[in-house]
Amino acid sequence: MITSALIVLGGLGIIFGIGLAIASRIFHVDVDPKIEKIEECLPGANCGACGYAGCSQYAESIVKDNEEIDLCAPGGDEVIAKIAKIMGKKAGKKEPQIALIKCQSGGNDNTKFKYKNKGIKSCQAAMELDGGHNVCEYGCLGFNDCVDACPFYAIEVDENNMRYVDPEKCTGCGNCVDACPKDLIELIPISKKVNILCMSHDKGGVAKKSCGNETACIGCSICAKKCPVNAISMEDKLAVIDYDKCVVCGICAEACPTGAITDKIENRPQPIIKEEDCIGCTICAKKCPVEAIEGEVKKPHKIVEEKCIKCGICLDVCPKDAIVPKKE
Amino acid sequence: MELSNLFFIIISAIFINNFVLVRFLGLCPYIGVSKKLDSALGMGMAVIFVMTMASVFTWLINHFFLSPDTGIFGYDLTFLRTIAFILSIAVLVQFVEMVIRKSAPELYKALGIYLPLITTNCAVLGVSILNITENYNFIEAIVNGISSGLGFTLVLLLMAGIRERLERAQVPKALQGMPIAFIVAGCMALAFLGFSGLKF
Repeated sequence: MITSALIVLGGLGIIFGIGLAIASRIFHVDVDPKIEKIEECLPGANCGACGYAGCSQYAESIVKDNEEIDLCAPGGDEVIAKIAKIMGKKAGKKEPQIALIKCQSGGNDNTKFKYKNKGIKSCQAAMELDGGHNVCEYGCLGFNDCVDACPFYAIEVDENNMRYVDPEKCTGCGNCVDACPKDLIELIPISKKVNILCMSHDKGGVAKKSCGNETACIGCSICAKKCPVNAISMEDKLAVIDYDKCVVCGICAEACPTGAITDKIENRPQPIIKEEDCIGCTICAKKCPVEAIEGEVKKPHKIVEEKCIKCGICLDVCPKDAIVPKKE
Repeated sequence: MELSNLFFIIISAIFINNFVLVRFLGLCPYIGVSKKLDSALGMGMAVIFVMTMASVFTWLINHFFLSPDTGIFGYDLTFLRTIAFILSIAVLVQFVEMVIRKSAPELYKALGIYLPLITTNCAVLGVSILNITENYNFIEAIVNGISSGLGFTLVLLLMAGIRERLERAQVPKALQGMPIAFIVAGCMALAFLGFSGLKF
C-alpha cells in the first residue's frame, strides 16, 4: 500500500513535471529583454499619463508597436534619454506639460451658490444634482475631485477652498483632467503663462452675473482683436487660446475688461539690442511676432519700442545674447 | 431523471450552496478582486474556466488512482486526495496559462494576473473534493464545476457592483474601506441563506 501511494504521488509528480517541461518548450513565448529594461527605467507610478494601463504595458508597446518614447510625463527627459539609449532612437526634447484649472471661482467666498449642497462631497456626485450648486453651469464645484485624483499631491487647497496647481510637483499626467466633471482642466505647455481662466459659454451678461469671482469671459472678443499673432479665437462666446500660436506676450491679459485672462509673468522688461554684440543675423527680426525689430543683414538691428510688445522671444532666440532687458 | 438531477446540481451550486456566501470558500478573491466590476468579471471568468478543468482532472485522478473500487491499484488511497488534487490543480493552471499565452494572447491579457492567483484559491480545491464526497459521476462533476464557478462569479459581480457604489456613499469614518465591505459581505451571506429553504 505504501509503495502504491508512493507510485501514485511520485508518478503524478514526475508525469506533471515532465509534461510541464515539455509544454514550456512547446508553448515558449519569447519576451524581448528590451521590454524588461525599459520597464526598469520607467518611474513605476502606473499613472496612465502615457495612455496605457501601466508602465509595463507602455514598455511593451514601445518595443512591439513602435510607440513614441516620449509619452512618460512623470519620468521627463531623464527617462526619455534612457529609453532612447535602449531602443537606439534619438531623444527628442518635449516641453513638459502642466495642468491648468480654467475657473477662478469655486472657493468659499468667490462662488455664487444655487443651493447649499450638503450631500456627498464629490464633484461627480454634485454634478448629478441639476448640474451642481454653482450658479454658473460651467463653473468649478469646489469639492476637489481633482485634488483626490492627483497622484503627486500637486494640487493644493488654500483656506478659502481655492485650488492651485503647484508647477514644481505637477507632472502633466492628466489624471485631474479626467476627474473634473466640468472639464475645467487642460494640459498646457509649461511655458504658456498667459491663460484664459473661464469656460463659460453663456452670453456676456449672464456669464458676468453668474460668476462669483466676476472674472467671466463675456465674449467681447477684444483679446482676439488685440492678439498680435491671431492665437485667440472665439468659440461660442468664449475666447480660446491656441497654444501653438501663442507667444505669451500678455497683451490679451491687459486688454481683457473682466480679468478672465491672467498673465503669470510678473515683470516684462523692455528689451534692447547691444549694438556692439549684434552681428545682424536677422534671427530676432524673423522671430518677432509684431515686426518690431528693424535692420539690414550683417548690420546691427534695432527694436522699435512703440511696436514692441515685450514678449521676450527675441531675448531667447538671439545666438549672441546681444539682446538684453533695458535697465530703467 | 438524469436531467432533473443536473438541474438540481446547477441550482444548488449557484444559489443554495453558493461557494462564497454559504460554504465560505474563496473569500480572498471575493474581498480582494471585488473593487471594480471589470476585474471582477475577469476573475470570475478565470475561476469558471479553472473550476471546470479542475473538476475534470481531479475526478479522473480520483477515479483511476485513488478510489479503492475503481482504482488500478485496488488500495484505498483516498488519504492522498488533498495533496494529489493540489498538485494537479497547480499544474493544470500553469499549463493552461502557458497554452493561453501562446495561442490566445488577447485572452491572456484579459485574464492577466488572475489566472495564476487561482492556483491558491481554496474554492477550486473545494469543488474537486466536494465532487468526490458527493459521489458525483463524471458528467455531474463537470456540471458542478461550471455552476460553482458561475455562482462564484455571480456573487463576485454583485459585490463589485455594491462596492463601486459604496465608494461614493458617505460611510462613517470608522467603517470606511474594508469594514463596510465585510458588513456588506455578511448581509449578502444572510440574503443567500434564504435560498437554503429551496427543496426539490
